[in-house]
Amino acid sequence: MVAAIAVIWEAAKILFGLPSYQLPHLHEIAADFFREGAGGELWLWIMTQNAAYTALESLIGFALGGVTGLVLAVAFAHSRWLERGLLPYVVASQTVPILAIAPMIVVWLGTSWFSKAVIAAYLTFFPVTVNMSRGLRAVDSDALALMRALSASSRQIFFKLRFPASLPYLFTALRISATASVIGAIVGELPVGSRYGMGVVIINAAQYYNWRPANLWAAIAVSAAIGILFYHAVAAVERRVVSWSRTAPAI
Amino acid sequence: MASPIIELEAVAKTFESRAGATEALRAVSLAVDAGELVSIIGPSGCGKSSLLRIVGDLVEPSAGTVRVNGKSARQARLDRDYGIVFQTPVLYEWRTVLENVQLPLELAGRPRAEREQRPRALLRLVGLEEFAGHYPWQLSGGMQQRVSIARALALNPSILLMDEPFGALDEMTRERLNQELLQVCAETAATTLFVTHSIAEAVFLSTRIVVMSPRPGRIERVVTVDLPQPRAGTTRALPRFFELVTEVRRSLREDPGLAGEQARPGASGSR
Repeated sequence: MVAAIAVIWEAAKILFGLPSYQLPHLHEIAADFFREGAGGELWLWIMTQNAAYTALESLIGFALGGVTGLVLAVAFAHSRWLERGLLPYVVASQTVPILAIAPMIVVWLGTSWFSKAVIAAYLTFFPVTVNMSRGLRAVDSDALALMRALSASSRQIFFKLRFPASLPYLFTALRISATASVIGAIVGELPVGSRYGMGVVIINAAQYYNWRPANLWAAIAVSAAIGILFYHAVAAVERRVVSWSRTAPAI
Repeated sequence: MASPIIELEAVAKTFESRAGATEALRAVSLAVDAGELVSIIGPSGCGKSSLLRIVGDLVEPSAGTVRVNGKSARQARLDRDYGIVFQTPVLYEWRTVLENVQLPLELAGRPRAEREQRPRALLRLVGLEEFAGHYPWQLSGGMQQRVSIARALALNPSILLMDEPFGALDEMTRERLNQELLQVCAETAATTLFVTHSIAEAVFLSTRIVVMSPRPGRIERVVTVDLPQPRAGTTRALPRFFELVTEVRRSLREDPGLAGEQARPGASGSR
């Protein structure tokens, strides 16, 4: 698969006669990691540091958003009234372009890692809320009747039936959120004032793009790698937790 | 004579919906004595499942009274007097076979020792001891239904409510499970209310068969099954068995949807 993409990449470059500032050679991108930066450090090291910073922000944002999403989903599943009142605002929050809202959050919360984590959480919570509240409601009616026949308390019904039954829904949402949280963190790093993170690397590389196009492509590759890593981490946890399900996806 | 375990008096049920009211049951009165296995048979939509759920306090009757063990149905449910088996096994797929059978004991807050021992004994009773650690999807439909019977017995309930438990199984599995069910009932001394589509099954299992009319469901006839106990494979070959099957079928004949056994839906092996 990787080889196929490489072949198509290089073929496109020849076929359309694309110069390096439009599409650099793959080896040029690879070589960029082994170039020394302004401070004398290898770009590989610079990228790793910034990627780790972004990954940490994403992770915190992912956890924050996941918990928020879960709490909202449980609240919605418990009360139609609450859902009817709040859901329109939850939906509206996602229709506002993140690029517009991110600078505001940075202005309010400062340029530290925290504001980035909040922006990551902003993108994370929505899929969790939507999917999980559906999962909590999608419980089989006979499974509920069984609980009732056994005179179970509503606490027991939640923890022994509704919650475990909706775990597959939760993980479907978390897979989406995993990649979204990385996007959120990077977008949060774009406004002026941030000093670390892949967002900062991307902005700088874009500024010097004509001079050194491979740098931006390398930054893009690293950012994508963080998202892919997150996705697979969630999938791995899912395979462990939802191992009972025969519908658990292979990837 | 001892007072009946289940006593229904003039029970009626009307379902209200936007499309209008549907009268599901009309003036159903029935008394079931301790240790009986009473089948409820009738055409689709005659309200037999609703009747079962009214007894189990899963559905409220629109009129009439339900007494169970001398209490209201609600109190009987709160006292966990019921074991219930549905048409589908309704096993929790994130729990192993053993954990599924443990569920009622967990909910009732029974001591740990009992939660460990009783489910294993019940799995032995239904012949699934070696599948304790399996997940439900790894079992066939018939095996899953046996797990659900074991689960229904976990709290040693005085009343078993069974809503077409073998309706989705193939004929051979069904007959084997009929036999097993009788053994289980004999060992646990539970009083059983059994909803079914199958005439042969009703005759084979029951002490009495309640034949219901099409909607609104009323009791058309009650057929007392005077076949010798205990029932066995040979019971099905007795002339009296066929007479009773014919008698029940004749009582049902008004209904075009259930002219014969063969009209029973869902004779597939996996569920």
